[in-house]
Amino acid sequence: MSVFTRRSAVLASVGVASALVLAGCSGGATTDDGSSSSAAGGDAIGVTLITKDPNDPFWVAMIDGAEQAAKDAGVEITVASGRDQTDSDSQIQAIENAIQRGDSGILIANNGPAVNDAIQKAEDAGLIVIALDTPTTPIDLVDATFASDNRLAGQLIGEWAAAKLGGDDATIALIDLFSDKVVSVDYERDQGFLAGMGIDVADENMNGDEAATGSYSQGSYEIVCNEASNGAEDGGRTAMEKCLSLNPDINVVYTANEPSALGAVQALKAAGNDSALVVTINGSCDGIAGVADGSFGADAQQYPSKMGSLGVQAVIDYVNNGTKPTADAGKDFTNTGITLVTDQPVDGVDSIDSTAGADGCY
Amino acid sequence: MTTTQGLGELTAAERFRSRPLTRLQRIQRLLHKHPEISPLVVLVIASFAFQLASDRFLTASNMSLILQQVSIIGALAVGQTLVILTAGIDLSVGALMIFVSMVMGSLAGNVGLPGALALLVGFAIGMLAGLINGVLVAVVRLPPFITTLGTLSVFTALALLMSHGTSIQGDDLGSVLTFTSVPVAIGPFQLTVGVILMIAMYLALGYCLNWTSWGRHVYAVGSDEDASRLAGVRTRRVLLSVYVAAGLLVALSAWVLIGRNNAATTSAAVDANLDSITAVVIGGTSLFGGRGRLTGTFIGALTVGVFRNGLSLARVDVLYQTLAIGILIIAAVALDQWIRRTGAQR
Repeated sequence: MSVFTRRSAVLASVGVASALVLAGCSGGATTDDGSSSSAAGGDAIGVTLITKDPNDPFWVAMIDGAEQAAKDAGVEITVASGRDQTDSDSQIQAIENAIQRGDSGILIANNGPAVNDAIQKAEDAGLIVIALDTPTTPIDLVDATFASDNRLAGQLIGEWAAAKLGGDDATIALIDLFSDKVVSVDYERDQGFLAGMGIDVADENMNGDEAATGSYSQGSYEIVCNEASNGAEDGGRTAMEKCLSLNPDINVVYTANEPSALGAVQALKAAGNDSALVVTINGSCDGIAGVADGSFGADAQQYPSKMGSLGVQAVIDYVNNGTKPTADAGKDFTNTGITLVTDQPVDGVDSIDSTAGADGCY
Repeated sequence: MTTTQGLGELTAAERFRSRPLTRLQRIQRLLHKHPEISPLVVLVIASFAFQLASDRFLTASNMSLILQQVSIIGALAVGQTLVILTAGIDLSVGALMIFVSMVMGSLAGNVGLPGALALLVGFAIGMLAGLINGVLVAVVRLPPFITTLGTLSVFTALALLMSHGTSIQGDDLGSVLTFTSVPVAIGPFQLTVGVILMIAMYLALGYCLNWTSWGRHVYAVGSDEDASRLAGVRTRRVLLSVYVAAGLLVALSAWVLIGRNNAATTSAAVDANLDSITAVVIGGTSLFGGRGRLTGTFIGALTVGVFRNGLSLARVDVLYQTLAIGILIIAAVALDQWIRRTGAQR
């Protein structure tokens, strides 16, 4: 009797274990049955979209745009990402898996130059590789780039901040993305912002090499800090706290993206500083709400969903006609658009208000 | 397998040993003796399932790809297994690997040292770092978890301080440091020198663990440090040697890493320390020390790679891959706990 129950316990546990394993796979199997049969049928186009991390609404919007375009055109799309914005190894594996799966194209927002070699392998294998949001270094490594003009985005919020100060001394905190690596988005936005304020940026491709004090277009400035946020809310808050402990009278806060801006606003509130102008870049619906309620002075709006859909379309065009997208005149990438959103418009800088911004937000 | 002597003149102990076992107890004993069997079963079942999901899965080129994809974690898990066998844990392996790769990369790429020399300096740094961990654990008697949690931060900071966050691309590194990226074709399999190096690391350490007195001492110290000291094992020296050897193995992993990325970069191998522990645990090595095999770790690393690759080929979202691996870890540790009960209960 006891032998019998023990035996059934073994059988049950083996059964559960294999069911678990099979369940893990059959989720893929059912969705994949359709795709592999259509792939066998001939010309199904496969596209892989690789984002920087899995959770920022920016990437979710990009994925939504790409998936919608893929659905409309009847192509297969696979989504992968780094575990966070410092993870290039997962991106390399995603590229290799895309080649192995026989996909036609890869859309990637890269996490740094470590992925360059894998991108080259994909191109050698005949895939079209398109950079989304973040240009590769060098930019001509990929076949095309669909990105916001990050320098322009920085420039717009910089011009707005300078005009808004109207001659007051500027005490500036710079909340950047990374301290552990050099990424184009990071320095283009930061240096674009400083250029927009009329500050001499020295090397326009390097953060932090500008003079700590001097004059901007309307008066004199002091840069209190260059702190990295890793593009996340907790990082933004910590960075802002460090800056405020260096100088509590900061009145201009540049943040490289909205999550870090939200963190910075928390730190400012906690420190009782409610007069600083916080400017940021992204234009998500949360961010535009922040403009409407006054948390952010200005927000340069990007269109990630458009990047995703244009990317998918470009892969389809390449497979059908062999044509690759051409870059905008005078640029080495295709600008998917930047609009300044603020409820406090200033002369000389085009902008829309938060109501209009909410229409285009993601 | 069990004894079938005449039943007449058995002592009580002999009768206990030859008592009939239930099938469950037999399985438990078999797994206790060969902890690598359970991950192997999972690996085989998963491979069949993934082949059903995508007919590209069980191809030579995909098998080669999986080996390349697990080469870094697989290499790192060699050193991790060694430390875990002594009932320790090394959280600093990932950070040390990146630090060593940046040392090698900077010396060759920025300072202009010959690649071979940069490589040797890297190995020396790895062993030195291992020695520091070892002294803190074996001499200062800090818990390994705390020690390596501290050195994890130290190595991360050193790597960033040295590199200022810039990467050094393969073209500047020279042929010695990027030797691990050279393709090697074995039959239909397209491997790299890095993969071969990883396998060689398993074979070399596997030999030392199983066929040298040092290896037996490592197991003994892991099972019961006090008992092995009373039995004449110089436990402190064994522990020191384990951490130094782990440091060298991590430095070798750094060489694999440089080849795999074709660059020395700080933005590689996030959470590599946790991934290496995952491979060891899934491979059936006990976190309580003294029990486990490198074969198991290799299978464990492969299992993680197979799950990630197989689910990805089947177009399953990346978050489900992470979910599946989490379930695997818990299942593996639960199984380990169950196996450990053998002998303790009748």
